[in-house]
Amino acid sequence: MPEPGRPAATRQAGDEMFDHARAAVEGALDAGATYADARVVIRRHEALHAHNGELEAVRNDVDAGVGVRALVGSSWGFAASSELTGVAATRAGAEATATAKASARVPGSGLHLADVPAVEDTYTTPFREDPFTVSLEDKVEVVVSASRTMHEVEGVMVATAQLMFWDTDKWFVSSQGHRIHQRILETGCGMDATAVGEQETQRRSYPQSFGHVETGGYEVVRRFDLPGHAQETAEEAVQLLTAADCPSGELDVILESSQLALQIHESVGHAIELDRILGWEAAFAGTSFLELAQLGRLRYGSELMNITADATIPGALATFGYDDEGTPAQRVDIVREGTWVGVLSGRDSAHLAGLAPGGMVRADGFNRMPMVRMTNVGLTPGDSSMEEIVAETKHGVVMATNRSWSIDDKRLNFQFGCEIGWEVKDGKRVRMVKNPTYTGITPRFWGSMDMLAGGEEWFPWGVPNCGKGQPMQVGHTGHPAAPARFSSVRVGVKA
Amino acid sequence: MSTSMSTVARGLDDLQALADRVIELVREHPGPSADGSPGTPAEVEANVRVSRTRHGLTRFANSVIHQHVGEDTVTVALTVAVGGRTASASTTRIAATELAELVDTTITSAALQPIDPHWPGATPAAEPAFASNHDDATAAATADQRAGGVEAFVAADPQLRAAGYLDTETSWVAMASTAGQRVAGSTTRATVDGIHQTDTSAGSGHQTSVRLADLDAAAAGAVAADRARRSARFRDIAPGAYPVVLGPEAVATILTFLTIYGFNAKSYLEGGSFAELGAQQFDPAISVWQDPTDPRAIGLPFDGEGTPRTRFPLIEDGVTRTLAHDRRTATRAGVTSNGSAVPGAEAFGAVPTNVVMSAGDTPAEELVAGIERGLMITQFNYVRVLEPKTVTATGLTRNGTFLIEDGEVTGAVGNLRFTQGFVAALAAGQVRGVGADQRYADAEFGAGMVIAPSLALASWNFTGGAKG
Repeated sequence: MPEPGRPAATRQAGDEMFDHARAAVEGALDAGATYADARVVIRRHEALHAHNGELEAVRNDVDAGVGVRALVGSSWGFAASSELTGVAATRAGAEATATAKASARVPGSGLHLADVPAVEDTYTTPFREDPFTVSLEDKVEVVVSASRTMHEVEGVMVATAQLMFWDTDKWFVSSQGHRIHQRILETGCGMDATAVGEQETQRRSYPQSFGHVETGGYEVVRRFDLPGHAQETAEEAVQLLTAADCPSGELDVILESSQLALQIHESVGHAIELDRILGWEAAFAGTSFLELAQLGRLRYGSELMNITADATIPGALATFGYDDEGTPAQRVDIVREGTWVGVLSGRDSAHLAGLAPGGMVRADGFNRMPMVRMTNVGLTPGDSSMEEIVAETKHGVVMATNRSWSIDDKRLNFQFGCEIGWEVKDGKRVRMVKNPTYTGITPRFWGSMDMLAGGEEWFPWGVPNCGKGQPMQVGHTGHPAAPARFSSVRVGVKA
Repeated sequence: MSTSMSTVARGLDDLQALADRVIELVREHPGPSADGSPGTPAEVEANVRVSRTRHGLTRFANSVIHQHVGEDTVTVALTVAVGGRTASASTTRIAATELAELVDTTITSAALQPIDPHWPGATPAAEPAFASNHDDATAAATADQRAGGVEAFVAADPQLRAAGYLDTETSWVAMASTAGQRVAGSTTRATVDGIHQTDTSAGSGHQTSVRLADLDAAAAGAVAADRARRSARFRDIAPGAYPVVLGPEAVATILTFLTIYGFNAKSYLEGGSFAELGAQQFDPAISVWQDPTDPRAIGLPFDGEGTPRTRFPLIEDGVTRTLAHDRRTATRAGVTSNGSAVPGAEAFGAVPTNVVMSAGDTPAEELVAGIERGLMITQFNYVRVLEPKTVTATGLTRNGTFLIEDGEVTGAVGNLRFTQGFVAALAAGQVRGVGADQRYADAEFGAGMVIAPSLALASWNFTGGAKG
């Protein structure tokens, strides 16, 4: 039966989509591929954007098509078409194989796939309230009222609020017998206020920069209550204009959880991608300071550092049933008591490295080739709290909400800026500071983590804007984190 | 390699017919009233953009082609205004029923919105003043041709490890509006971009053109290999302020950030831009234009709203001249759009494209002359802005960083982190030389966007080494 709120394209019978995927796989095999898989993807995206109390944009986008991957020798060939017919799918399969064969001009050793069971299954994101069935008026009211409240605060020049929803159906078929349908529903929201000074701008965001996204329904928007946090968010942006500059020097840094989530993303998540470690992304995204020979031995951080990649966390952004190779979602240890023990992998990279496939390969829509992607890569909770961490800090800076991020191509040398900070002296927050920045070297920084919160302060943040690959793909990743303290970090880097 | 298109939309004529059909559907739509209730239809305005992108990309790593990808996608993007209430939508489904659904849902959605106070109306009829650059042979490029280019890049130094890509892309776009605009065009691009690596270093090479036949992948590979070999033995130097010679890639990064944050009229109108029109904010040696008429230009003769694109100065002899406007910001500012709308980026604002920095007359290799102790930077990496208003940013060097001593390049140094205001770096008195080596350069945000020469600057603030 058609589902209310879903476009006609999505309402088409699943069997027909499986048939198209099967046709693409057969087209590839008939042309000579040793392995092939195909995904028919129909993705609907809705976004609402309000600016200074007025609705600025409402978008509804549908992208749909078939993408097929064919393996010949040492290379993948990939072809995609937005034409969803059996004929076009078969042709795409044949052309994926033809492109893979053309790679023989610059060949390497044969590429093989780690074994995974061929699965026939379905998976749907649990949700309570489908955001596409919530009335447009209700959604407009959330973003308009939040941005209006912020803009009415004296000194705020720009106030924006956004809602964003993705509803993705994927039908996956492989030449090994996979037949999987998934419906992934993602919901996100965010807002920010910008105050403008003489030669500066100060910004505060809620609940984090770029908005926060989860797998789930409209209940996410209701839980974060943008209008209810608008006043405080805007007032902090204005207060920052007259705040003192972040002190410079080597101090303790206390990161709130959303900033720590991005720290994990950049200095752990990308570094443990096996395709980077193997050099497959060297030219653009870069490589990694990690070498496979160090797996199980390298000291990544302090004993408080326990990192997992867990695609099964309820509600987290990178939670799914199967990845885009048909490998089941799973939880994998990455760092155990400070020692590096795991990677993010796909079937080809895992086979090459002699590891078990981690189910961490996903693509951005039908027309991009699946690649190693972070799942929910994050810290397991500690036993402290933000309050305790501040109370036990002699001199440091609490930093919250990312403003800028930069890290080198080996994921070693990083510099982050945050929207707001508070200087801590003798166990108390003594003043708000602006332009807080910190810089460091990955293992040295993680080795300095000496306090970690947990309990209700542990939260699986969603990052909806991870760029990787050529052509560029935007990935959705999750990062559980809690406030933590890092000792003797260089802060307050100035131009 | 790309899949073949459906018979519905292959060439520009098909795309234009599709755009016309969508406008017809808008006109035929019974339309809700302006307040969303049944009744007299309100005026419905619309802009529709139909695009087809055919992209083939051959990736290589560890000197092996490991990924070969292709796509062929048609997208219909529609913006409607119902009595001044607006909504936008897009779809890759182009069957008649799906286009009718697109029109119906977009009009219905628009009618439920508040009035959009900055809706500038549907784009009026206006002819582009020039044709875009399109190469049929590039549009028809095969996977085997791309693989041949990769083979040449890799073979430039078989002892090193090569990684990168060679791609060809063709864009066909047709637009129509209820106000009578009807334009179409196509453009092609080909790029080879890659690195060669030793165990301790990497060097990069890059070429972009409208024509695949213009690319000399072997030469790009040789440049990359030379940089990698010259960087294999390096020393670390102390952070601090150094005079620098920036290669075209590094200059392109600066220009990209200046245009996004400073010459975006929306940012300017909201107080977030450094731009002071008519003020000498840069060194007199600096001139930067948006120039879609350049014979090397990759792009269309109209912008994302269908407005004809024009050539205009952003910086002329160091003086800040013109902002990039779309129809929304132009209406707010009381000027005419200069054709800088980016498709789907209404919330972000207009951004200059086909950015060209004027070349100087100094051969690039002579820019090091007179520098007692400084650095030659091939490329920046992972640059992010700390303060938008001054375009102060941090990032690192990559793929070839060299020490200059007594006017000569004397060796390689380890990568460095910088924290630097980009406006301040190009301020009056800061530019010591502009190279004659103007070419397409990749600013890490995509090929074919910026044409830039090398620059010699008086000072650049390095705040850390790669090891901390």
